[in-house]
Amino acid sequence: MLGLLFGALINLNGSGHYIQWGFIQISVANLVVIFLMAVVFVLAILLPFPRRKRGNR
Amino acid sequence: MSRGNRGRRRFNPDRDVEEWKGAYVPYDILKEAFVAFLAVAALIALLAIVFSSPDEHAATLKTWSAADPVDFAQTAVTELDGTSGTATYGPPYNATPGASQHIGFFAPNQWLGVHQPVDTAQDFVIGPLRTLPNQPATQLAITAYENAPAAQQTAWTTAYEKAVANATDVRGRLHVPVGRYGPVGIIIGSLTGMSQTGGLDGTLLSNGQFYNTNYTKPLLFLADGNYLAARADSQHLSGDQWGMMNETGNYPGQAWLWLYTMWYQVPPMNTSSNGDLEVWSIMMLLSLGLILLPFIPILRSVPRWTRVYKLIWRRHYRELAGT
Amino acid sequence: MSIDTGVPTSASTPDSEDSRQWTARVRRSAESAFPPDRLLPDRQPAYMASWIYVFGVLTVVSLAWVILTGCVLAVMGPSWWHVSTVGLFVNSLHLWSVEAFFFFMVIHLWGKFFMAAWRGNRRLTWITGVVSFLVSVGAAFTGYLSQQNFDSQWISTQAKDGINATGAGAVWNVLNFGQMLMWHIVLLPIVVALIVGLHVLLVRRRGIVPPFELTETGDEPEKAATGQDPA
Repeated sequence: MLGLLFGALINLNGSGHYIQWGFIQISVANLVVIFLMAVVFVLAILLPFPRRKRGNR
Repeated sequence: MSRGNRGRRRFNPDRDVEEWKGAYVPYDILKEAFVAFLAVAALIALLAIVFSSPDEHAATLKTWSAADPVDFAQTAVTELDGTSGTATYGPPYNATPGASQHIGFFAPNQWLGVHQPVDTAQDFVIGPLRTLPNQPATQLAITAYENAPAAQQTAWTTAYEKAVANATDVRGRLHVPVGRYGPVGIIIGSLTGMSQTGGLDGTLLSNGQFYNTNYTKPLLFLADGNYLAARADSQHLSGDQWGMMNETGNYPGQAWLWLYTMWYQVPPMNTSSNGDLEVWSIMMLLSLGLILLPFIPILRSVPRWTRVYKLIWRRHYRELAGT
Repeated sequence: MSIDTGVPTSASTPDSEDSRQWTARVRRSAESAFPPDRLLPDRQPAYMASWIYVFGVLTVVSLAWVILTGCVLAVMGPSWWHVSTVGLFVNSLHLWSVEAFFFFMVIHLWGKFFMAAWRGNRRLTWITGVVSFLVSVGAAFTGYLSQQNFDSQWISTQAKDGINATGAGAVWNVLNFGQMLMWHIVLLPIVVALIVGLHVLLVRRRGIVPPFELTETGDEPEKAATGQDPA
């Protein structure tokens, strides 16, 4: 049970996957991270923020 | 901090701002921090459970010399004759003239000098072999080599390099074709054998001391060969593979190093013998530029020009327009 | 209710002899720079109405988790994670908290850039932010060097060329595990914590940057054609 908890459910070891685009070479993992960052940034700006009741100055 | 508060300076919207005199709303920053603390805890726990972390076993001189004794021997003879990457590196390891990278007169490596001295022939070959007991043939070979004139030594090592290029690996044992390489065959053969027992790893690390945490010598020796580099290449960690950003396997690496490694892929840095210093200099300048961005005209206007702020503060602008 | 212990804590008034003391002067500067309701405000300006504002605190708590998980690794020593599944799990927490730290920090940087958050005497806030990013890259680098596995072998033997080229390799030896580990667990965390601390204090001191002003027609602000002098 402990081994299941502390071992990897998805094994990321083994040969990596890479994407080549012109002189750019990037791992799928890094591309996912960068893509997620861009998505989270856009969402952070676009998603409405909960409205708060105005207090006194 | 009011409008243009420095003497008679004009208000510059990219530098100055009218401080807020409008409404404030309740905001619990400690509760926010606590919630964020728990959220990040949950996130990293999930990632750790799902993906764990990579741990590829270290290479050793033992595994190298067992897996590829020919490459080991080829590297070892260059350590002996002073033609290896480490032997010709220059500062901080040795004083090889003209080896330091420079941009014009700017040669900081040369200026700082030798502070991690490495004599590859003594430290990687002769010194370790001298620690072996009950090896009279090896000790005699070393003595013969050391007592020979430099020209003879070079003739032997050159002949050995030619011969070992055609060497074979028979069940981990090195078989080098016959040649006029004098005692060098015995020396390198003994070193290969010593490495295959694990003795060379220990000797290079300990450096005559019981405790040591400085792996300079075994790492330099390993890096001079092709074994470590071949393993790195298979994992896309080589310099020309944008390797600086990458991690072993399918793990995300250091994506924040993208710009640093990018410069190594483009001319002239990608073929320059001063490429490392050139890339560092570019990155220092760009870093300085980012640090001093508030002072740099045009660049500090980009936020205003791109108008992303209109999205960020859209509620504020709507409320202002409504009043 | 206060308890009179008979020990005077502060007898100095601004005009008294004691007010020239270093202690009194430091205390007064700190009080004036950070009155309690500025240090721990319970209100924020109404224009702070975007999720982009949470990335600063997300970055700081990620750093807290980097340090906490690092402390657990320190309790058991640098070899533990190679020989224990619990150790490997803690190492994984440490790695992913570093990834989270950089993830949130870069989004925070993007947000602050597009807000031109250096405006209004907030340049030092921006500068300390960028410096903490750069020092964190260095701290992470020494972490990768401290792994004691193939990755650290490769990273060290490659990085040495870049660092040696600058001359720093004469003293800062990336092949020296002991040295790099001590930079990673002692020196650089102290530096990162100090710079991040200064950055957060500056945010409290200067406040959150107000929005760009739009002109009455709703256009974006131009460089002031009026050239108004300050009041």
